[in-house]
Amino acid sequence: MPGDHGETPPTARGNTGETPPTAHGITGETPPTARGITGETLLDVRGLTVEYVSEQGSVRACDDVSFTVRRGEILGVAGESGSGKSTLITALTRLERPPAVTTAGEILFRPRGAAKPVDLVGLLERDLRKLRWRDMAIVLQSAMNALNPVMRLEAQFTDVLREHDCTLSRRTARERTAELLTLVGLTAGQANRYPHELSGGTRQRATIALALACGPDLVVMDEPTTAVDVVMQRQILANLLRLRERLAFAVVFVTHDLSLLVELADRIAIMYAGRIVEIGTAADLYHHPRHPYTEGLRASFPPLREPVRRLSGIPGSPPDLRDPPPGCAFHPRCPQRFAPCDSVLPVLGPVGDQQVACLLHTGGPTLGHARKERTDDALGH
Amino acid sequence: MLSDTDGGVDARRHPEEPDAVPEPPRHPEEPDAVPEPPVLEAADVTMHFTVRGGLGRTSTVKALEHASLRLRRGRIVALVGESGSGKTTLARLFALMYTPTSGEIRLRGEPVGPRRGRAAREYYSEVQMVFQDPFASLNSMHTVRHNLARALRIHGRAGRDDIEERMHALLERVSLTPTRDFIGKLPHELSGGQRQRVAIARALAVGPKVVLGDEPISMLDVSMRLDILNLLARLRDEEDLALLYITHDIAGARYLAEEIHVMYAGQMVEGGPTEEIIQNPQHPYTRLLLGASPDPARTLTPGGSSVFADVEDSGEPPNLTDPPPGCRFHPRCPFATDSCRRAFPARTELPTGQWVHCWLYPSGAST
Repeated sequence: MPGDHGETPPTARGNTGETPPTAHGITGETPPTARGITGETLLDVRGLTVEYVSEQGSVRACDDVSFTVRRGEILGVAGESGSGKSTLITALTRLERPPAVTTAGEILFRPRGAAKPVDLVGLLERDLRKLRWRDMAIVLQSAMNALNPVMRLEAQFTDVLREHDCTLSRRTARERTAELLTLVGLTAGQANRYPHELSGGTRQRATIALALACGPDLVVMDEPTTAVDVVMQRQILANLLRLRERLAFAVVFVTHDLSLLVELADRIAIMYAGRIVEIGTAADLYHHPRHPYTEGLRASFPPLREPVRRLSGIPGSPPDLRDPPPGCAFHPRCPQRFAPCDSVLPVLGPVGDQQVACLLHTGGPTLGHARKERTDDALGH
Repeated sequence: MLSDTDGGVDARRHPEEPDAVPEPPRHPEEPDAVPEPPVLEAADVTMHFTVRGGLGRTSTVKALEHASLRLRRGRIVALVGESGSGKTTLARLFALMYTPTSGEIRLRGEPVGPRRGRAAREYYSEVQMVFQDPFASLNSMHTVRHNLARALRIHGRAGRDDIEERMHALLERVSLTPTRDFIGKLPHELSGGQRQRVAIARALAVGPKVVLGDEPISMLDVSMRLDILNLLARLRDEEDLALLYITHDIAGARYLAEEIHVMYAGQMVEGGPTEEIIQNPQHPYTRLLLGASPDPARTLTPGGSSVFADVEDSGEPPNLTDPPPGCRFHPRCPFATDSCRRAFPARTELPTGQWVHCWLYPSGAST
């Protein structure tokens, strides 16, 4: 958080890269990969499990979550409340607080210039500090809480900039702040404002500018536009896409709004009850969702211009994670469930270009004919 | 209990079963039907709030200007706008929470003034509200039974012997079945969607003619929102309710309502039959709003372009303590002229059934 210097001297510099942290990107030099997605893996999450531990037992909010994010890619994560998407965000950025504990898995992160990936799960606070802002930044839903209410924007930007380059003079910091604010469509003059003097949309733009201050490779966003109106949302996201083109950072974008993600993200991961149930490109997920939950979620958004037909949402409610249903957590609500769904836990496996965790598609090793017949039925319609 | 035996409503139904023939959940338009008189009406209402600032200064928030809206039996009217557009203020005026600065609220043509006690109760037995947050709108210390019984008892809708039966019937109507599983629950034991159903059941307990829904689904999980919308559509059809549906989500408004009215910064800018507003928006603000709403079909259809491609910075809604003169959208409007800065345009009725407040349309057509 800006303004929170802690005891670590701001001289701490990364040991991984020789590039001065604030020199790339925002100065307008086009990074080597203009379009961004080079196929190179930036983030590789494997089997991440996060539990909330209490005396009554533990609750698995993220269970065996695996996915990759390539450089410059926008990965959308969609799910309802309680699906574990926000827990995933805090675990990724190592911002989780007790009782949340990462109990298994690794988060391999390979920032620009690093010889080999680092595992964020085991990283010490001291080393994390070096990565934060410079290699990885976060934008939260409530910009009012993410900004320090008693500091002018400029002071908060200076804090962040100097954290990673202590040689930065006051004047350069001011220029850089102005540059960052113009980047997100604000005016340089707004640097002198306090957060409460700005509208919600403007504040959220400022936090995005702040996240980009040190030219990170990865920006993690937790419902960044949920609290702003739809017109402002579109402006902010259009701006984000333009900046992504220019600065080639990757984004993990968490939201409950699947219809928004379809327009924004390159790939989308659907979470349900702590697990990823489907991952695929936005177009694949929209045109042929494979998991019944994805299908239901997609059908929960009425179309804007297409002919209206009766939609029904998904019956029932999300499971209580303190007592998750056995087998596939979605089976009590699933219109296509069959015999093994309440006992066999489906694992994420490839189906076409997508990855799906559903027995209709991937089955389990122990399943015989019952599955096959049912699969044919299900796919036959 | 209300029944829909009146003429003209038989044709308006939509299947509740998911596997029934897909059909839009709205009434077929009845082109020649004579519009029946509105149940509840806002006639040219204006609402200004005085707020006390620091150092004894006061300022006036001009929250709503000359708004008119009519609610009719068996129809859902959606009021769409961003935060600060005045949509909730209008709903609260309908709920008599404020006294309008000018203009009046009319129930079946009769002006309704500020009222208390029995007179207020009489009004609320016809007009009920469903709020955004079902976590806050139900008494969390008491069971569903208590929450419903209170409404029934206060309005004299049930006696000691039939109250239990009434409550089960109410839960049945909002599809909280089996009802005996729900009646003894505390609100925190229910999901958001179930809680909102209880809130709707409580509103129905008094047998209202009008229900005002202020963003009734926006706090709910995505997968449960449509269920509530379908429930509201069913209540419209089965009970002939007049419904005001306030939302910022224009796609949801289209799904549910027969009519959409668009508000901006306290002014009504456009309204009319749903499909006309969606497919053929006239006011520049309606177009901006539609253009900004998520629409995956637009991006993903072959030849479709990313809607993010050419989004210009189009500013923000004004501060309502010091709104721009004339049409409040003019600072953001690409077509703004001097007239727009001078005065708010009169209503222009269009042949499509829409009306619009915009200087782009000749006022000769206005009524």
